Amino acid sequence: MSLTLLLVQTLNGLQFGVLLFLIAAGLTLVFGVMDFINLAHGVQYMLGAYLAVMFYALTGSFVLALILALAAALAFGLLLEFTVFRHLYDRDHLEQVIATFGIIIFLNQGVKTVWGAAPLNLPIPDALAGVVQIMPGLTYPVWRLVIIASGLVVALILYVLVSRTRVGMLVRAGATHARIVSALGVDIRRLFMIVFGFGTMLAAFAGVMIAPILSVEPGMGDSVLILAFVVIVIGGIGSMRGAFIAALLIGLVDTLGRSFMIDILRLVMPPSPARTVGPALASMLIYVLMALVLYFRPAGLFPAKGRS
Amino acid sequence: MNNKLLMSVATAALLVASGAQAQEKLKIGVVTTLSGPAAVLGQQLRNGLQLAIKDNGGKLGGREVELIVQDDELKPDVAVSKAKALVDRDKVDFVVGPIFSNILVAIMKPVTESGAFLISPNAGTSNFAGKDCNPNFFVTSYQNDQNHEVMGKYAQDAGFKKVFIMAPNYPAGKDSLAGFKRFYKGELADEVYVPLNQLDYSAELSRIQASGADAVFVFLPGGMGVNFVKQFRQAGLADKVKFLSAFTVDESTLPAQKEAALGFFGGANWAPDLDNPQNKKFVAGYEKEYGGAIPATYAFQAYDAGLLIDGALKATGGKTDNKDALRAAMMKAPFTSLRGKFKFGNNHYPIQDFYQVKVVQVGDKFATSIDKKVFTDYQDPHAKDCPMK
Amino acid sequence: MTSLAAAKSAPRAVRFNAAVVLMFAVLALVPLAAAFGPESYVLGLVTRVMVFAIAALAVDLLCGFGGLVTFGHAAFVGLGAYTVAIAGAHGVTDMTITLPLALAVSAAFAYVTGTICLRTSGVYFIMITLAFGQMAYFIAGSLAPYGGDDGITLPARSTLFGFAVFGSDRALYYATLGFLLASYLLCRAVVYSRFGRVFRGARENSTRMATIGFDVFRFQRVGYVIAGCLGGLAGFLLANATEFVSPAYMSWQRSGELIIMVLFGGLGTLHGAIVGAASYLLLEEGLAGLTENWKLVFGPMLVLIVLFARGGLVGLAASIKARFSRE
Repeated sequence: MSLTLLLVQTLNGLQFGVLLFLIAAGLTLVFGVMDFINLAHGVQYMLGAYLAVMFYALTGSFVLALILALAAALAFGLLLEFTVFRHLYDRDHLEQVIATFGIIIFLNQGVKTVWGAAPLNLPIPDALAGVVQIMPGLTYPVWRLVIIASGLVVALILYVLVSRTRVGMLVRAGATHARIVSALGVDIRRLFMIVFGFGTMLAAFAGVMIAPILSVEPGMGDSVLILAFVVIVIGGIGSMRGAFIAALLIGLVDTLGRSFMIDILRLVMPPSPARTVGPALASMLIYVLMALVLYFRPAGLFPAKGRS
Repeated sequence: MNNKLLMSVATAALLVASGAQAQEKLKIGVVTTLSGPAAVLGQQLRNGLQLAIKDNGGKLGGREVELIVQDDELKPDVAVSKAKALVDRDKVDFVVGPIFSNILVAIMKPVTESGAFLISPNAGTSNFAGKDCNPNFFVTSYQNDQNHEVMGKYAQDAGFKKVFIMAPNYPAGKDSLAGFKRFYKGELADEVYVPLNQLDYSAELSRIQASGADAVFVFLPGGMGVNFVKQFRQAGLADKVKFLSAFTVDESTLPAQKEAALGFFGGANWAPDLDNPQNKKFVAGYEKEYGGAIPATYAFQAYDAGLLIDGALKATGGKTDNKDALRAAMMKAPFTSLRGKFKFGNNHYPIQDFYQVKVVQVGDKFATSIDKKVFTDYQDPHAKDCPMK
Repeated sequence: MTSLAAAKSAPRAVRFNAAVVLMFAVLALVPLAAAFGPESYVLGLVTRVMVFAIAALAVDLLCGFGGLVTFGHAAFVGLGAYTVAIAGAHGVTDMTITLPLALAVSAAFAYVTGTICLRTSGVYFIMITLAFGQMAYFIAGSLAPYGGDDGITLPARSTLFGFAVFGSDRALYYATLGFLLASYLLCRAVVYSRFGRVFRGARENSTRMATIGFDVFRFQRVGYVIAGCLGGLAGFLLANATEFVSPAYMSWQRSGELIIMVLFGGLGTLHGAIVGAASYLLLEEGLAGLTENWKLVFGPMLVLIVLFARGGLVGLAASIKARFSRE
């Protein structure tokens, strides 16, 4: 365990964290503003990836595929909002969970019916396919840096939108005092539609950006969904800042845990059991972290103001 | 005259009996995974078996076949319920399946205790090859360890100095690395177990880079393999470190890995370009029937399972009621396997050749291709623990 | 925070009614009918339904009456099942030992995790129960001597004083039915007791309950332990029914399914949990038999139930009945 390796793994951890933030941002936005648990966020992420693969096959351009996929995902998201989600906003969380779970089941099977069960591929744009040398003997894929950059840009845009614009002000007000905002003459339904559409696009964007490093397959959103929920819960639901910090925290804990858990355990036990206990402990680590955070701060690290 | 009458009565009875036998359809149950990300493997299994039946004119052993396909959803308790439905409600004589070892362990008891034969066209755990071997259980694939042993032998023979080995943290993963180490005696750069269904491998890739390994051996089936192969190539390691694997680059994952997997090695008992007439016919038939998809081992092993049933039933005259006769007939492996040479060991697992395969491009598609034979007539090491003779 | 509107009329709905009696009568008669068909399959299927009904009852007790939405209840089912399997692997199969052990293990887990989880509420409670469920899942998967992720086959079903009382599928069926009836009656008793009033009251307004002078936390923890024990009981029976135990029994998807079963049948009604478990599992079985793409039908059905049948199947039945009686 050298210092170089520790540094690289820290970078890897931050990178994974930004990746998680990309996925969690839309979820916490919709949850925070609309008090709506959207389990379908994961399948919207999946849909973004699938649409990008399809449009890439048609156009041969990553950028075009990205734009078209975002547009198509938005259209589909609004269709879902109009037919299903709109009727769930004033229901309790449990009912939202079941209905959106139904949508997960439907869409997972749906993409399989449309695109087949075999995993698909979205290539990295040629210009960004290489590696850069970050330290002597250690290289880093350019695309990973692109993911980090896009995650930071998304974070920045969200920050500016929410805290510096009129829509953002309405969003913040709507999150805590929906009825008052509505009474002041704001069309809360339209506001929710905009927020939901934006959340959908964020999910799809994450899907498109991550598709080149992952397998595009049915059900790819399910495991990611749970991770995203862990992120927004640790951060404090509805808090964008919380989600960002929690995502980095989880990325670091998970990556460093995976990398060094066995070495740490070897200090206290023989190598053979360390090798079996280590990975099990490493995969549990983020849940242990979540339980710990909630034990000491039952509403997450950064509870959104005005909510209990 | 009396004799003559007796003769004709007997003949008539025989005719009636065989007529009844011929009219009744042969019921075969399939337990396979058709939902979730692993569905692609389950579909290959089902398709392979269906193709075997179709190529035999809809019959196996001269009897019309009714195929009852059940989705195990990759949940062991659901699989048990589905397997019970097959043997108890549908009264099937054979159950073909499953893909995954944990499902196999779950359905073993309900299927074999009912008297039906269980034929696994993929999962072949070490316990059922050894001390828990079962007279009603046959395997047309391999014992799970073997493909890893192929790579271990190859790594040893090729003289790699330092190999980084990695698998998911579950029983099959541990068997995998143990199988590799059984034949590879050189230095290990590291031995790593990752959580099942890990998405991002950048931490492991950095370790591989830092370890100075000249080869990696990984067992990362399904989506894990797709993720790792893409990230391995993107990290620029493919030119520096040899890529050895089992169940990580095959025709079920290559549609997503594509160029990223070119030149990577795997251990296998078959590849689509294995040179024999029956295999050529199978691969061409499969591509034609299933929209141009190249079959993977799951499909070919299920096809062989169909041929096994066909051959055994031909030997018993289509009868399934005498289980001992049927078992004896199956033991003889009375069919021409797509892999060529094939026979069963005492534990009902195959004795067969194994190859090192390499990913190549075929037109606009990608497939594995035979590179080198590594083992000849190879039997798994657990067979000696099996009390069956 | 989570207002469970559908469950407001709960105490009235829990009343003994003809439907509940009929339901148990039908369950008692199933084996007689099954004898004419594929007996082992039918008994196995309905046993499975009843096992999940017990687990769903536990979830209903927490969600429907306590307002505590647990997203990790499959862990208790798994704990019960693993207790049977691990004891079996060491040669202990007698249920006079394994059943109390399974209940004790689940109760202990519920007590410890409940102490931590109940500090939170609402969505945070959902997620922290999920966290503990996942931890249990990963621990089970790392038990290499007991099959690890592949799971482990039971050497035999549980015995009673050395007799193979679960030897026949029918015996196991009736035992499960007995346990289901006992669990149902227990839950009824709990809900109606003074304890149950406080437990329910805490859902409506925990501050008010605390003001009156109740230690809400302790009441909720007792409720959580009871529900944990019921989960453990379901696990004990599930292990015996499938003669196989696997970490998959503890997955978060399974916890989600339990919640769906309860909502499917009708939250906060107890018998709704049984109806829900039965309809969910039988529907899954039936649809899967019809088409490979059954999930394309199943998913939208869940959405429709939420949109148009508030209060689940039990609520639907009640509103249909009300409409007819009005005419």
